[in-house]
Formats: sequence, structure tokens, C-alpha cells
Amino acid sequence: MAEAILEVRDLHKHYPLTQGIVFKKQVGAVRAVDGVDFDLAAGETLGIVGESGCGKSTVAKMLVNLERPTSGAIRYKGEDISRLSPRALKAVRRNIQMVFQDPYTSLNPRMTVGDIIGEPYEIHPEVAPKGSRRQKVQDLLDVVGLNPEYINRYPHQFSGGQRQRIGIARGLALQPEIIVADEPVSALDVSVQAQVVNLLDNLQTEFSLSYVFIAHDLSIVRHISDRVGVMYLGRIVEIGTDAQIYDHPTHPYTQALLSAVPVPDPEARAHRERIILTGDVPSPANIPSGCRFRTRCWKAQERCTLEVPLLAVPAVFRLTDSPAKHDSACHFAEEKQVVPPEPGADGSDGPDGAGGSGIP
Amino acid sequence: MLLEVRDLHVEFHTREGIAKAVNGVDYSVDAGETLAVLGESGSGKSVTAQAVMGILDVPPGKITQGEILFQGQDLLKLKEEDRRKVRGAKMAMIFQDALSSLNPVLSVGDQLGEMFQVHKGMSRKDSKAKAVELMDRVRIPAAKERVGQYPHQFSGGMRQRIMIAMALALEPELIIADEPTTALDVTVQAQVMDLLAELQRELHMGLILITHDLGVVADVADKIAVMYAGRIVERAPVHEIYKAPAHPYTKGLLESIPRLDQKGQELYAIKGLPPNLLNIPPGCAFNPRCPLARDRCRTDVPPLYEVTESPVPRTSACHFWKECLHG
Repeated sequence: MAEAILEVRDLHKHYPLTQGIVFKKQVGAVRAVDGVDFDLAAGETLGIVGESGCGKSTVAKMLVNLERPTSGAIRYKGEDISRLSPRALKAVRRNIQMVFQDPYTSLNPRMTVGDIIGEPYEIHPEVAPKGSRRQKVQDLLDVVGLNPEYINRYPHQFSGGQRQRIGIARGLALQPEIIVADEPVSALDVSVQAQVVNLLDNLQTEFSLSYVFIAHDLSIVRHISDRVGVMYLGRIVEIGTDAQIYDHPTHPYTQALLSAVPVPDPEARAHRERIILTGDVPSPANIPSGCRFRTRCWKAQERCTLEVPLLAVPAVFRLTDSPAKHDSACHFAEEKQVVPPEPGADGSDGPDGAGGSGIP
Repeated sequence: MLLEVRDLHVEFHTREGIAKAVNGVDYSVDAGETLAVLGESGSGKSVTAQAVMGILDVPPGKITQGEILFQGQDLLKLKEEDRRKVRGAKMAMIFQDALSSLNPVLSVGDQLGEMFQVHKGMSRKDSKAKAVELMDRVRIPAAKERVGQYPHQFSGGMRQRIMIAMALALEPELIIADEPTTALDVTVQAQVMDLLAELQRELHMGLILITHDLGVVADVADKIAVMYAGRIVERAPVHEIYKAPAHPYTKGLLESIPRLDQKGQELYAIKGLPPNLLNIPPGCAFNPRCPLARDRCRTDVPPLYEVTESPVPRTSACHFWKECLHG
């Protein structure tokens, strides 16, 4: 792997739960992020997937320093950015920018598009001297596929997809090296999603950006990512290249998650095994002992309640060359193919009596 | 046929002008059948459903034309009083956002029981027993203890189960589910869709599933109606449409979604944006975004053509459906 531009080590974010009005005492903590490690190499895209409440957005916020970690380190080129002085932090922030989920609330309705995209230059005037800013903003609009003449318009005059382009242009304004995108396309319609995903793809090549791409949609994450980390209840449970995770998952949660994704192919209905998990995700204020997934896991045994599984290559695969040889936090890791192989591979070209009342 | 919608037109009178939300929709569902209505936001899929249920906001909305035949009877000709007897008892709706569709100050038991009190004239006590039974049926654990709890005490998936329970309460013949799982996580979505499909089979209900998710459609639907700018652009059995779409919009949609089982190259993106309903382009509404568009598309509104080459009945509102099917 290329040199890591961002290293995250044992990152925690706990929000205290307090009781009492005058004398607040801490009675517990919501362990939103509870020990996350990963590296981001220059020019690569790391996808982070997980269900709501797994802490993926909190990780994103800590990466851009909108939240301070309770413990752990975020090293940008070797320097821990979570412990920097405000002045040093300002310089680092230029290089790590964020694109937010909701294009409707992340743009100030009273500012023109020009002001929104140009605002980063007010904070970092060294990037663009005053006279050249308007031109720079127009160039950015052009880069993200909007008409540069729209510079004086307001956000409400744009559709959702166009607004997300504005958000992306703002993220690019300071020529960052890393972009943290938190669910950048989930609020968009299907036909517009593809446009924005392609835009992000092209921008990555053009400006040699590294992405941390956070989403709950596993298909989009696979499309855009080089490596994927799967989060559950504040921890990464499995991480590897996209083929390792999608075609050779070894953690039961990843397998269940993948098998639950509806595949847009009615032929796949019949020969797909679905793992339906029981119950709901436990509260992050009250995380189960041992393996945090054990309450919903069909493989759980006594060992799982006692011993926290570490995120490492499972012993069974350590000496193999198998694609299943990647980090997975499970005592009983085992390869299982849950995503059906490419459509048409197993004679799905002749559905007889299609259009029947076919719920299998 | 359980439900037949014929040539339905709905308009909204707004300050900026008349928004034509639904412009001639025809579809039908039979008992035990699942029809998926697929479309993006603003395509008119939810408005059509609201018109069928009779919960359209009038004004500003207005049904200007069409028929909604439910078991042969035109619902639009019924008096509101009679319509109310159909709604809930014979057809019911499941909404997307369970938290905002449930009343936060009433316990879920009260809300479920209300169905029986209003429609069946049951006592409070009997209706509560019924509520517990329903919660059991949608597999809410410890139903007896939880019947007195309030919506905020349930998780998202559980709330959606309560919505399903409420819709099923009077064993309706038709269920309309408007994006029932969009707000849920995938693992929970799978649980809820499974439950819905199972109950449908058991009770032999007709189901109209309104969604924008091509994956969910492929998993459960029997047939699909694809909507664009208030019209149906393609109607076909589910297998046919995924294999060979006969409308450029459907084709574009299918090609533009990334897939779990493939690491794609660049995604195909439909250019441009969906039209403004105040100002729908003349001719085919999709023509400004269509790769096949020619002069004729800018002037003639395409009717729903019979796709004659198909062994099963299917239709496409494209002048050049043949090209689309083969190209």
C-alpha cells in the first residue's frame, strides 16, 4: 500500500450521560466511537459502511476536527491533529475538507453561491488573493459541472443534485488533499446520484484526492471505494479491499449486511441466501460484553461473551493466500459468499413463465 | 380486478401556477398481486396513491379526470361518508415515516385499538386485546407488556411494524405501502419487507408498493409501473423489465445504479434534471434527457404502445420502443 496520508489509531468518542441538574454526575457514556483504527493512503478511497447509529458520522466529524476525540490519535502525515494548537490546526484543516449529507441544510439560504464557495478563502486568504476569487469560484463551478454564470444565484434556485455540486465545489475550494464525504449522495434521486458519483470519481483523478467516503448504501460504496471498512456499534468489524469485503466476507455482520441488500435483478431472488438478523442494534450506551455483535449473531458462543475479538487477520487465514486473508474481528471468522456472482453466470437468461405471480 | 385506476389526472393549484402532478395514469392490481410503482421524487407516484386512498389535500389538489374502480365501484363517485367505510377497512396505507405518522401522545395500543373502536364499535377492553394480537402478528416481542408504550419507545423497525399492524387491523383487501422501508437500515429493511410479503401471501391482499429503490422492487414485485412526470412510461412484469427495458428512462435508471455484485466502470448517468411540474416539456416529457429523442418526441405525446414482441403483455410510452428494446 502507498504511504498513509491519514492514520487513525484507537479512536474513541464517548458522550457522557449525566444525571442531576445542579450537581451533574456522570452515570454512563454513549460510546459512539469505541476504538477505531484505519489508514488512508494517498489517492485512495476508503469507504466506511454501517447502519445508523454505528458511529460512522462521528468518525467523519472527528477527522475534520468538528468533534474532539475522547482518546486516540488522528495523524495527518505523522502529526496528531487532535492535539494541535488552534493556529496549527487551521493550517491542517485546509487540507482536510468535508462534503455533507444534506444539500438542503448545509448551504446558507441567505448567501449566494459565489459567497458560499468563496467563503473558505476568507479564512485562508493565502490560497486566493482577493482580486482572483471570483474567477476561482467560477472555475470551481465549471469543474463541478455548473454554469459559471450562476454565481449570483441562491441555493433555493437549485435542485438537490446541483446543490450537492455546490457543496462539493466548496469542499474543493482550498485544494485539499483529503475529502471526507458523509453520505454525499443518499439524499439524491437515483438518476442524479449517478451524476454526482461520477463527478466525485473524476475529481479524484483530476486533483489526486483521497476520499473517506461514508455511506449506508453498500452498492455505492463498492462502486467508489478501493478499500472498505464495515462498522458496527462504534467499531470497525471488518476491513479490506472491495473484493475482499464483498466477495469474501468473513465477519458474520458483514455477511448479514451484504445478504440483506436488495439486488436489482429479479432473477437473483431464487438463488440468493438471505441472512435475516433478529432484533435491533443494541444501544451504544449499553454495549454487550465481549463481541458487540454477539446478541444478534447466529454463531455466538460463550467465548464471544467473554473475549473481545480483535480486528486482525483471523488465525485460520493467516498462512493462506486466500482473499479471505484480511482483518476481521470475529473469533469464528469463516468465509461465506453472500453476494451472488455476476448475473448471467449461472444460466439466468431464460426465465420461463416470467411475469407470473412469482414470489419464490 | 381488485383495483383499477383509469386515466387519472391530478392538479395542484399553487401560487406559481398549476402543477400537473398526475397526467393520465392507468394501473391495476389483483388480489394477491404486488404492483411496484417506481419513480423519482415528483413523478406523481405518491399523489396517485393518495388519490386512491382518498387522502389527497383538496384544495390545493384536485382530481380533474379519471376513474378509480375498487371491486368495480368508482370511488370518486362515492360520498365522503361511504368512502370512509372503504378506507381503513378495505384498503389501508403504510407511510414512509412511521415516527411522524404515529401520534406521539397516544400509546401504540390506543392507536391500534382505535381502528376496532371506530370501524367495529368494539369496547376499549376488547380493542386492546385485539391490539396485542396484532402486535404479536407483526412479531413485536413482548407485545402484552409493550402495548401501553408510546411510539418514541420503539425503534424505527418496530415502529414500522406497528404501522403495518395498523394497516392490517381490519384485514383490508388492498394495502398501499408508500416507501415503507426507505427510512430503515438494510438489515431492518429486509426484516420488514419479509414480514410484509409474508402477511400479504397469508391474507391474499393486493399490494401497491411505491418506491424509488430498484433493488426492493426486484425482490418482491410481480409487475412494475414506472412513472415519470406524472405519467406511466412503462408497464411490465418484473422479470421482463429488468432484462430488457422498453423505455429509455427505465433503461437509464437501471444502468445508473451501482451494483453490489459488480465493480463497475463509470456509471451511466441520465443527463439533466426531472422536469418542473409547472412546466412539463411538450411532447414526451422525457425528451430533453433522452438519448433517442428526435423531432417527433418534442411534439407528439407518446401513448402507451403495446410492446408486441413480448410474450407477455407490456407497454411502453416511447415512440421508439423497438430501438430501446434492441439497442
